[in-house]
Amino acid sequence: MAVDADHTSQGRTPQGRIPRGMPAPAGLLERMMSNRHFLGLLFMLPAAALLLLFLTYPLGLGVWLGFTDTRIGRPGIFIGLENFELMWTDTVFWLSVFNTILYTVVASILKFGLGLWLALLLNQHMPFKAFFRAIVLLPWVVPTVLSAIAFWWIYDAQFSIISWALREMGLIEANINFLGDTWNARWSVIAANVWRGIPFVAISLLAGLQTIPQSLYEAATLDGTTPWQRFRYITLPLLTPIIAVVMTFSVLFTFTDFQLIYVLTRGGPINATHLMATLSFQRAIPGGFLGEGAAIATAMIPFLLSAILFSYFGLQRRRWQHGGQD
Amino acid sequence: MTDATHNPHASSAGKSGDDGGMGYLEKLPRRIVVLYLPLAVFVFVLLFPFYWMAITSVKPNHQLTDYDNYSPFWVVEPTLDHIKYLLFETSYPGWLWNTMVIAVASTVLSVVCSVLAAYAIERLRFQGSRMVGVGIFLAYLVPPSILFIPLALLVFKFGIYDTQWALILTYPTFLIPFCTWLLMGYFRSIPFELEECALIDGATRLQILTKIILPLSVPGLISAGIFAFTLSWNEFIYALTFIGSSENKTVPVGVLTELVRSDVYEWGSLMAGALLGSLPVVILYSFFVEHYVSSMTGAVKE
Repeated sequence: MAVDADHTSQGRTPQGRIPRGMPAPAGLLERMMSNRHFLGLLFMLPAAALLLLFLTYPLGLGVWLGFTDTRIGRPGIFIGLENFELMWTDTVFWLSVFNTILYTVVASILKFGLGLWLALLLNQHMPFKAFFRAIVLLPWVVPTVLSAIAFWWIYDAQFSIISWALREMGLIEANINFLGDTWNARWSVIAANVWRGIPFVAISLLAGLQTIPQSLYEAATLDGTTPWQRFRYITLPLLTPIIAVVMTFSVLFTFTDFQLIYVLTRGGPINATHLMATLSFQRAIPGGFLGEGAAIATAMIPFLLSAILFSYFGLQRRRWQHGGQD
Repeated sequence: MTDATHNPHASSAGKSGDDGGMGYLEKLPRRIVVLYLPLAVFVFVLLFPFYWMAITSVKPNHQLTDYDNYSPFWVVEPTLDHIKYLLFETSYPGWLWNTMVIAVASTVLSVVCSVLAAYAIERLRFQGSRMVGVGIFLAYLVPPSILFIPLALLVFKFGIYDTQWALILTYPTFLIPFCTWLLMGYFRSIPFELEECALIDGATRLQILTKIILPLSVPGLISAGIFAFTLSWNEFIYALTFIGSSENKTVPVGVLTELVRSDVYEWGSLMAGALLGSLPVVILYSFFVEHYVSSMTGAVKE
């Protein structure tokens, strides 16, 4: 770092365009340009403009739309809680809530368990470690829609490779109807989601594992601990803060998932795999009922808020543990 | 944060003294059962869909579904027909071009905005910068699936529906929060003294940013850039909602909505489309693995 610093200042001095000594505070503009508060707002301007226009405003607009009967091509009027009353009696909506919670809970638990296991494996010393770490992340890098299409083919009713392999091994008689049967479809989309989510959890937790000092394990080993005790009393407590954050992100993205369901089942069979996000899309865009779709999307916000609060306290705890600033 | 993100190197370099920690305490058969076998299963499951994608995209049509006469796991007489079909008889090249243009444009836009914002929040420390920082983090947590309906209305109102601008301007809603958060971490790791020296020499803030901060945070810029590129390449729900005509679609949307025809699934060309559409990000990834890992873990850890 020190070398870099020298290099930078040497590189700059010969240009000599910057006048030596204090610049005289000339015009108003110049004074404002040296005021960090003004300059800060100026620097924030592009990002703030984009975010306010395309994020904050739509967020409010979305909630507002939930209270209107807007349709595609027709501005709506305020109808109070009608959309929400309609949703309250809508069995499809409640089915989608059930599906979303099932999907999120099961997939998150599996992602956490398998991801932590994979992280522990990758944390061991072995040949080609960097290579393994690199290829493990691939499912996460590839566009979800495109890998979901591959899963669609793997789950094909007639030519599924899984059905074929199991039949060859003599484990099953007939093909598995992966996406056509209510519960099969649910487990199939969960499996695809877990497949895509494991790398993120594993690589993030691996980064956390590598910050744990090796000496703690050595000391514990000398004290005669079992591997399970070392995991339970060293790894887990030191990893908890990062687990909290990683899992909050994972839960957040699983809860609002759209692409995988849209590719694999479009909510079928008979709405058995509709998540709140896909139902909201179906009602709003192909269905044309923007107000109703927005109301369903708005209903997701309380869940997201609780996830964010969870994350916030996870972060606080981490800062405190590191004795960090603010 | 640079320290945190480069910890993988640091710790592995530090460990090389006592190679492998306490690994020598374990016997080989035990290591096979506890380590290599589960790892092999993980790698197989995680990579199999890609293999299946690749092998399907080069199978001639008659072998695709004929599992009795041909082993499904291998291919006799591989063919490039599916890829040729994609490139010459569909709008696929156009989709690739669209996706590239949109991803590059929204990445450049987001990184420029994020550099300025991150510098302002982290270094200028203007009044309310802490709250803006928290706001940026919260913005990162707003998922596209609750924004796409109101955004669709906006896009329509601005008259940019079904154009590349619809996506170039909306992708920054998830790219800017991410990049800003990442770059704030990088800027934090650069010593204040450098800036103070420059200020005493009479440099303006813009000069400090372009001549001191940016050269020192090149790894952070690369991380933010390739990550933003990947995120916009992979985006689906906005592209599905804001684009109507076939020739303006992006790869993920085009493959799903145009290549899938009612009854007959042309699995060969579908898989070829998925494979070709994944290649750009996979190639980018293979060159910048370390940056990917650091940006992913960095964003989570800060």
